[in-house]
Amino acid sequence: MKNKMRVLWLSAIACNGNTHSFLNYPFLEQFLDDFEFIYHPVIDSHYTLEDIVSKEIPCDILLIEGAISKEFQRADVSVVDIIEKYSKIVQKIVTVGTCATFGGIFRESGYSETSGLHFDQDKPSEKFNDLLDKTISVSGCPVHPEVLVNTLYAIKKSAVLKLDNFLRPKEFYAYTIHNGCTRNEYFEYKVDNHQFGELEGCMFYDHGFQAPFTHGSCNKILWNEVNSKTRAGLSCMGCTEPTFPKQNLFSTKKNMAIPENLPVGVGKRVYLTLAGISKAFKIDRLEKKLFDD
Amino acid sequence: MQSALELFASKGFYSTTIPDIALSLKMSVGNMYNYFKSKDILAREIIKYISVYLGEKLREINEEDISTKEKTRKIIEVYFKTASLKPEMIDYFLRIYLSNREVFKDGCEGMICVNEFVTEIMIYFEEGVKCGDLREQDFFSAFGLFMGYLGGMVFLKGENILPKDLDDYVDDIAFNIYKALSTE
Repeated sequence: MKNKMRVLWLSAIACNGNTHSFLNYPFLEQFLDDFEFIYHPVIDSHYTLEDIVSKEIPCDILLIEGAISKEFQRADVSVVDIIEKYSKIVQKIVTVGTCATFGGIFRESGYSETSGLHFDQDKPSEKFNDLLDKTISVSGCPVHPEVLVNTLYAIKKSAVLKLDNFLRPKEFYAYTIHNGCTRNEYFEYKVDNHQFGELEGCMFYDHGFQAPFTHGSCNKILWNEVNSKTRAGLSCMGCTEPTFPKQNLFSTKKNMAIPENLPVGVGKRVYLTLAGISKAFKIDRLEKKLFDD
Repeated sequence: MQSALELFASKGFYSTTIPDIALSLKMSVGNMYNYFKSKDILAREIIKYISVYLGEKLREINEEDISTKEKTRKIIEVYFKTASLKPEMIDYFLRIYLSNREVFKDGCEGMICVNEFVTEIMIYFEEGVKCGDLREQDFFSAFGLFMGYLGGMVFLKGENILPKDLDDYVDDIAFNIYKALSTE
């Protein structure tokens, strides 16, 4: 029998969005040939949740979905206690999604001291410091299924993943979502005549677009192998970042018409100088519809 | 550059010739063309020269740790001081650059040739709004109010209509501009 890695998918304070995303992984059958869930909330598994909390089932990887609070229980046991028990026996812990990594939207859930495993937004949380060396974070709301699966395969192959300051694999999070965006020409020449769902226009100036300062691979590794938010005509909402979710996601915060958040690493003076030059040009091709009658 | 600037500002763009400029520099006309292939090119270089000069002055103000109100006053002081000590610069801006747009249509599109200056004004506005001192509004409505006001005063001074020195108006103008732009 094939030696499969044993995985526990622990759902904490979550909407199960990461599970839905994972179920869209196009090669799930092959994945399940290499990994087996000792428990997953919606996939058939060998053990029940009661087995998981009452016994110590052999396990290689602990996946945590959802924000974490000592108060929140699964099968009448605090998720913190479940994490502490299994973290001792697994090789690796993976925080799946933005809630498990930074707290995300469920920081507002009402449970006391709700946060991600190692971060409360961008502030380090010291509750699980002894697990830092074991943890890899794959943020996103939801996580990109290929980012999750490829991370799990890297663990299986004992490949060394270089991590950023939030424990995210640089392989997927060293880029910004701006990288690979099909609207880059519109960004270059500051053409922002966009309506939601349209192919044309840059969404950075009016539509709340956060890709130039959001880390991830959405425009390099497409969703369902075909698309991304920006390609479909919707703004990047910065869902992989500790600050997610911000307010007013569909409008750009501006001060006297200048976007408050600029592309990561680009100084304000440099940006304004470049923008001033770019805006001076009127490129007819970019002002028109791509498919004019 | 400075000689050409002074000639353009005093005689106007079309009345100033390359031989005039060459003469003021004690240079042959042929040699002058080695530096600038046409009068239009020279005119564009001059406006960039002015933009860099004013942009550096404004950048020093923007980088000071002072309130938006104080910055407002200092920008007005710098603009008026330049108009008094280097009147040719502001004259060139008002009477050549803004009045002969056809000369600047190729190579100075939009605000490219005054980028350094406009960038610093943008930073002054952006930081003023961000810290809560200035009211959020369209950039050009604020820019027009600020620079149109200052340009108008310098123009009146140039026409000898103002009864007092520009410096004498700094207090009132700083009060008016800040009151118009601020959240107060």
